[in-house]
Order: sequence, then structure tokens, then C-alpha cells
Amino acid sequence: MGYLYAVKYYRKQCFTLWQKREVVYSKLSRGLCKEMRIKASEKLHRQIKTIIMYILLIALSASMVLPFFWMLSASLKLNKDVFKFPVEWIPKELVWENYRLIWEKVPFLTFYLNTIKLSVIITLIQLLTSSFAAYAFAKLDFRGRDTLFLAYIGTIAIPWQVYMIPQFIMMRKLGLVDTHLAIILLQSFSAFGVFLMRQFYMSIPNEIIQAARIDGLSEYGIYRKIVLPLSKPALASLTIFTFVFVWNDFMGPLIYFNSERLKTIQLGLRMFIAQYSVDYNLIMAGSVVSLIPVIIIFILLQRFFVEGIATTGIKG
Amino acid sequence: MKGFQVDKRRLKQDLIAYSFILPNFIGFAVFTLFPMLFSMILTFLNWDGANPITFAGLNNFKRLFTDETFRIALFNTFYYTLTTVPVTVVCSLGLAVLLNKPIAGRNIFRGIFFFPHVASLVAIAAVWNAIFHPTMGPVNQLLQSWGIANPPKWSASTTWALPTVIMASIWKSIGYYMIIYLAGLQGIPRDLYEVAKIDGANAWTVFTKITLPMLRPTTFFILVILTINCFKVFDLIYVMTGGGPGRASTVLVLHIYNVAFKEYRFGYSSTIALVLFVIVLIITVFQFKLEKKWVTYMQ
Repeated sequence: MGYLYAVKYYRKQCFTLWQKREVVYSKLSRGLCKEMRIKASEKLHRQIKTIIMYILLIALSASMVLPFFWMLSASLKLNKDVFKFPVEWIPKELVWENYRLIWEKVPFLTFYLNTIKLSVIITLIQLLTSSFAAYAFAKLDFRGRDTLFLAYIGTIAIPWQVYMIPQFIMMRKLGLVDTHLAIILLQSFSAFGVFLMRQFYMSIPNEIIQAARIDGLSEYGIYRKIVLPLSKPALASLTIFTFVFVWNDFMGPLIYFNSERLKTIQLGLRMFIAQYSVDYNLIMAGSVVSLIPVIIIFILLQRFFVEGIATTGIKG
Repeated sequence: MKGFQVDKRRLKQDLIAYSFILPNFIGFAVFTLFPMLFSMILTFLNWDGANPITFAGLNNFKRLFTDETFRIALFNTFYYTLTTVPVTVVCSLGLAVLLNKPIAGRNIFRGIFFFPHVASLVAIAAVWNAIFHPTMGPVNQLLQSWGIANPPKWSASTTWALPTVIMASIWKSIGYYMIIYLAGLQGIPRDLYEVAKIDGANAWTVFTKITLPMLRPTTFFILVILTINCFKVFDLIYVMTGGGPGRASTVLVLHIYNVAFKEYRFGYSSTIALVLFVIVLIITVFQFKLEKKWVTYMQ
């Protein structure tokens, strides 16, 4: 309410000044009054703006958070209470039983372990091979570099669905359909990883590398002793991207995994939803369970997501 | 003799570089490049994976014109893209501008908007379908309590199925593009804003005359990847509506998937995939041309 007093004070001052009718100062003082009034109203304006902005932001983020909150709250209810209206956001009685039931009804543990296995292996291969290749693209001069890099970039823009069928046929010929190896081979050598790492390496000054060469370090030594330690943030970004991608991937496992023992968490969740399509409380509990690892990674490593997106997005 | 030595050094340099690239390149060539080229050949073949391959000539291409599902899928894909792209761009830009200001809790807000992007699609589809359930869902119950007697049937209705998916997809991806915009905003030199402030420009003028033009490369990048992402939409539709009711929300990739993995017509599905590729290519080239125009305007 401070600004109201300020306005009152300025007005009063204006008034007394005006009353005095000091001929010499009258023009000047009127100008002063105007300036003061503008300042006061500007401040008021700013405050209103800030308040509106906060209301807008809170309303928008509520629309982002509420579905997740609804999911959580439904997962702790009896099925008959899930759709009770008005929505009971915090259930009177928390039905933890749901979380025990889903582990019994569906081999969630197998799905979890499968997904973790795939995520870890793919992420490791991805990190190794793409940071290795990216070093050549960023810091070495060789014949065919630009053409080769263009081929890499070009494939990023081509939707995977365009060539998923030949891939599938190939995998079938190799007898790899319905094995984890198929997805590992398909997703471990992405052009995106090379691109992301290369973008980061470009920002490492050439002088450092030149100096290391003069000191007699081989290219492999430079990569291992200088570039790799410097690129920890980029490696972290790539790790999270790959991990989250594999964790959330749906179409790949959908095409390749038929056996239940191979299925990943997304596919398992989908299967579960199809099977228990009316047990909304269990579906929501399953959804919460599938989200937990991503939530933990997200909260811990949000910074690297943001930096990674910025690296690929802006300098590209 | 000297030239030979130089060449030898050059060769050694090349070999070292190739040794860096090779581990990734083998995988990339075998599992990405080769299938890409192979898919072009596949468009001229008939193959169900079990019986011998036969040459189809242009039959697969002819079939495109008589395939009604393809026509519906093509239309839906364009509908999906043309609505998703503008709304997403405008909303994510707006959010980025708001969250670029030094306000309290800025990082928390950013995190909240970004989170749906990393959240699993199947879980999100499940919760959206529940919230927008035609009879029991809280959204329709709320609408009914406000006096709307016949609220939309959302994913169960032919007219609303696609808009429902579009809403979910915008909701899910806004945060991602917001982050890209935020990075773009941080790249704008501060002096520009200070000069504008001294000149007494108001907020709107600053936005249209400085922020927007300076963000052009970012907007361009977002338009390209967003359009490509829209054209390859699959997961969300597959798990939310399955392309239905009927074919009301069938899109190109869903059709490709069905033709390939339900009907086992690999040749024809590759042909549809080729159409997808050509459309994406044309749009990308067009956007690149547009960007060049923008850049010349700026100079």
C-alpha cells in the first residue's frame, strides 16, 4: 500500500505548491508535480504488471502440475472413488494397497530391469563412440570431413519412421527380432550424439589442443587427457538425453519385443493399461511407478537438460 | 620425394581421424545409412517378409491414390501440424519471455513447464484419457456442473479425437521449446535493450523491434524441428486413440506402422514413408529459403 501514500503525498505537495502561487516557480513546480505523479503511477503500473504476471504463471503451471497430481491422488484411491466429483485431491484414506497390487499383477520388476539394462548399455556405447567421433569432426582436419558430417546431420532431420521398415527386415534376417540386442544396435550409434558432442567440442579453444600437440601428445592422448575431462557437462547432457529417450521410448520396443520377459517399462505399462482398462487406480499407480526414475533424474540433473538443449539448439 | 612425404603425413592424419570416427560410423552406416537407402529400393518391391520378393514397378505409388486411409492420414497429419506448430511457438515464446525476467521462483517455474517433456508418454496418455473421459472424467463433470449439457466426447468422438491429442501434445512439448527460446533470449546483447530504454521505447515496441528479430534464428530452428516432430507423431496417437474412433485420428506414421506390421506390406509402407520424407524435405527446404529471405531483410 506504500504507493498510495506516495501518491497522496505527492498530490498534497503539488497542492500546497500550487496554492502558494509563487510566480517564479509556478511553471517549474508544475513540471515537478507531473514528473512525480508519473513516477508514482509508473510504480503502481509495474506492481500491477508483476501481480498479473504471477497470477498467469501460477495458473499456467497449475495446468502443468494438476494432471500429475490427479494421477498421484487417483493412484491412492479405491477404484470407485477415482472419478468422484468434485475431485477429492487428497484422498481421505490412502490406499497404498494399489502399489502392492500392481507389482503382483504385472512383472513390473522385469520391465524395470530390462529398461535399466537397455538404458545403461545404450548410453555407455553412445557416450564412448559419439564423443570419440565428435573429436575428429571438431578438432581434426581430414579428407571428406564435411561430407561425412553432412551425412550425419542429414539423417537427424529424417524421421526414423522412414527407414524403420528396412531396419526391421535387416534385423529379422540377422535373427535379432525379439532380442534386446536389436534395440541396442539400433539406438547406440545415433547421429544426434555425435552432433551434440561436436557442438560442445567446437567451443574448446584450438590453442589448448595445439599446445598439447607441440608438447608431443598424440591425438588419442589429447582426447583422453584434455578434451574428455573438459567435456563433462556435455557428456552429462548426452547421458540424460539418451537415458530418458531409452526410458520413454515406445515405438522401438513395440516393434521389436514380443516376449513378455523382454518388455520395457513403457510397453509393460501399456500392456497393463490394456489389460486392466477399468482399474483406473491401478493404471495411475503404474504410471506413477514408471515416472519415478525420470522425476528423480530430472530434479537432480535439470541443469544439464537445459544446457544440452541450449547447445544443440542455438549453435546449430 | 618431399611431396611424397607430405602426402604420407597427410595420410597418417586422415587415418588417425578415421580411427576416431570408425566405431560410431560402422554402427551408423549399417543401422541408419544403409536402411535409409534400402527403403528407397523397397518402394518398388512387393514383399510380405515371408514369400519371395516381387518387383512392383510403380504399383505402390499408384496405390497411394486409391488408398482412402492414406488420404485421411495425410489430411490429419497436416491438420495436426498446422494447429500444433503455431500454438506451440506462440506459447513457448510467451513463456520464455515471462521466465527470462528476474522473478522469484523462476527456476521452479521453468522446471514445472519442462517436466512434461521428459515424462513418459504412456503415463501421460493414461492420465489425459482419464481426465478427459467422456462420461466420468473430471473435465466433463466440471463442464456439466457449469451447465454445459453435452460436453465434447474428447478422444471418443470423431470430431474431437484429434484436437484432444493436439492439446496433449502441445501441453507436453511447450516446455522443451521454451528452453530453446530461453537460450535464444540469453543470446541477445543487453545493450540493445538499454538503448531502447533510453530512447523511451515501450515494452511492446521493444518486443517487436528487438526481441523478435533477434530471435529469428531460434524461431527458425524451432519451426524446422517442430514441423518434423509433428509429421512423425505416432506414440501419443497410438496410445491415446489408436487412430480412432474409426480413422478419425489416423496419421501418416500410424498408417505406415499398420501397413507394415499389421498387414506385412513392407513395400507399400515404405512408399508411404517416402511420401513422409518428401513432405518433410520440401517443408525444410522451404523454411531454409524463408530464413535466407529473413536474413537479407535484416541486413
